[in-house]
Amino acid sequence: MAIVPNPYKTTGVLGWIDDRFPLTKLYRDHLSQYYAPKNFNFWYYFGSLALLVLVNQLISGILLAMHYKPSAAEAFGSVEYIMRDVPWGNIIRYMHSTGASAFFIVVYLHMYRGLIYGSYKKPRELIWVFGCLIFLVLMAEAFCGYVLPWGQMSYWGAQVIISLFGTIPFIGPDIVTWVQGDYIPADATLNRLFSLHVVALPFVLVGLVVAHLIALHEVGSNNPDGVDIKKFKDPETHIPLDGIGFHPYYTVKDLVGVSVFLIIFVGVICFAPDGGGYLLEKPNFQEANPLVTPPHITPAWYFGAFYAMLRATPSMFSSALPGVIVMFGAVLILFTLPWLDRNPVKSIRYKGNLTKALTLLFAIDFVMLNYLGMQPPSELYTLLSRIGSVYYFGFFVSLLFIHNFETAKPVPERVTE
Amino acid sequence: MKRVLLAIAGLMMSGAALASSEALPYSYQADTSNPASLQRGARNFMAYCSGCHSMKYLRYNRIGNDLGIPEDLLKSSLMFTSSKLGDTVNSAMPAEPSKAWFGQTPPDLTLETRARGADWVYSYLRTFYIDTTRPLGVNNIVLPGASMPHVLWELQGWQVKEEAHGDAAAHGGEGEHHGAPLKLIQAGTLSPDEYEKFVGDIVNFMSYAAEPGKSLRMGIGPKAIMYLLLLLVLCYFLKKEFWRDVH
Repeated sequence: MAIVPNPYKTTGVLGWIDDRFPLTKLYRDHLSQYYAPKNFNFWYYFGSLALLVLVNQLISGILLAMHYKPSAAEAFGSVEYIMRDVPWGNIIRYMHSTGASAFFIVVYLHMYRGLIYGSYKKPRELIWVFGCLIFLVLMAEAFCGYVLPWGQMSYWGAQVIISLFGTIPFIGPDIVTWVQGDYIPADATLNRLFSLHVVALPFVLVGLVVAHLIALHEVGSNNPDGVDIKKFKDPETHIPLDGIGFHPYYTVKDLVGVSVFLIIFVGVICFAPDGGGYLLEKPNFQEANPLVTPPHITPAWYFGAFYAMLRATPSMFSSALPGVIVMFGAVLILFTLPWLDRNPVKSIRYKGNLTKALTLLFAIDFVMLNYLGMQPPSELYTLLSRIGSVYYFGFFVSLLFIHNFETAKPVPERVTE
Repeated sequence: MKRVLLAIAGLMMSGAALASSEALPYSYQADTSNPASLQRGARNFMAYCSGCHSMKYLRYNRIGNDLGIPEDLLKSSLMFTSSKLGDTVNSAMPAEPSKAWFGQTPPDLTLETRARGADWVYSYLRTFYIDTTRPLGVNNIVLPGASMPHVLWELQGWQVKEEAHGDAAAHGGEGEHHGAPLKLIQAGTLSPDEYEKFVGDIVNFMSYAAEPGKSLRMGIGPKAIMYLLLLLVLCYFLKKEFWRDVH
């Protein structure tokens, strides 16, 4: 099929543009005539919110990079310079630091939405895979950004995470040196993490977000009932009967979500930017010191669950490699979800009670692991982390067969109110 | 919806658990909105602390502007190590020899209340006690083995550690521990009440110094949220109006 310039025969300035660039076509395909199911609920706010937070991170990040100095000698001081001497600098910095945590909150909720409504199932497997890649890159991006203020927790967090490469048999120690550019985390390390944080990873991240949206708009959005709205179309207009234009219906609806989100976001920025010591950790107000290890090295809260799984896994041959494999496995198993889940029913609304209970338990398990990952280890916590880790993986395996042991409810033909 | 709230509540709780780490003998809520206290605190800090401790991220003119101290007064009564208003607060002590004198260079204090908490600094300044086993003859409850002398001894006087007389058992074995197990054996020039306020002023000033931008964010917060509430109402009705024709 050949590309026809200006299929909508617009005129004037718009026509001039449309003869040369598909402006009207893009607008209609992705906004006004992108038909989304009309029954989106609360869970469907988090996609647009993730996009909003991404924009917030890009803009505040660009402003921060204008004043930040990526050198071990100057980084910590330059952050304080931003906090004190740059007009509105403290607000910009808090927007960025709070935004990082907000990003993970909305992304975790967005992913859980996909899990409960089966949004990764055919034909949306690639949307999910792109989403998992976004999550993976986001984790790398957050880690690099966390190191940049060059406080004590930045430094020792970097030391712990980079040392994970050291568990690779034979070549591990050399890889650590190669990644750090030094024998300990140092100026070279900070400088390269800065480069990754502000150039490479955001570039990849934005590209993946575009791919995520293109894939979504190719097959259309899922919905809380998990039914295909394209089955029932208006015979004349060919518009799905249960579909409404993304713009204006969901743009105005998402504005409501954005307003609520911003109230909470601004509230945290203005009144509790430290977040009780877990958005900005206390040790990070001390400059990095390779000679003094902080009493408890805790990961940022959003890595808690993965860190808990790392610690919960017993070492083998005095190597933490099994833990590292489990930790990365916990992220990688997400990619396989579309093929693990054999349940013919998409939405949790019509799945059996067993799956419902297991899915709820998975959410509780994840929150628990997150909590445990931030606590100093104890015997009880290690035991709980182990149970939690086994359940984390067990839940995914259970999706292969669990539907055989329960009766699903009948799925309606069209979306319910 | 419930699950979201649960998840968020879980995160909040874990955050709160992180924040309340070790028990300190005194708790203190710093007040950075009281200019008189901040001015006294600045004076106290410059007189007693800045001899050894710098505040290398805090500029004199920032103090002057934020605390309402005129330039001439700033120069005559607070600026001991510099005559330039744009300079940051440096300590009078050379870094290298001080390491030999005290075992370590006195740390910069700009961010001390954010790194350790106002509670900690407040408790630290109140819990020096005589301990002849230490090189300087004093020790500290919240920082055992502190290398700092009791600089404020003239004001507070001298304290000794009280023997533990099974106090915990008397209180039922557990419960909150208020105050430090210290007894004043030689009065200082300030009464205990006055000393408490004196330390409070310093901690208020140090909390201000740790984040001079706090008043900006606290000030715009309510206005921004009022605006956003208005935006929420408008968006809500806009959504309702557009969605009238759906269903």
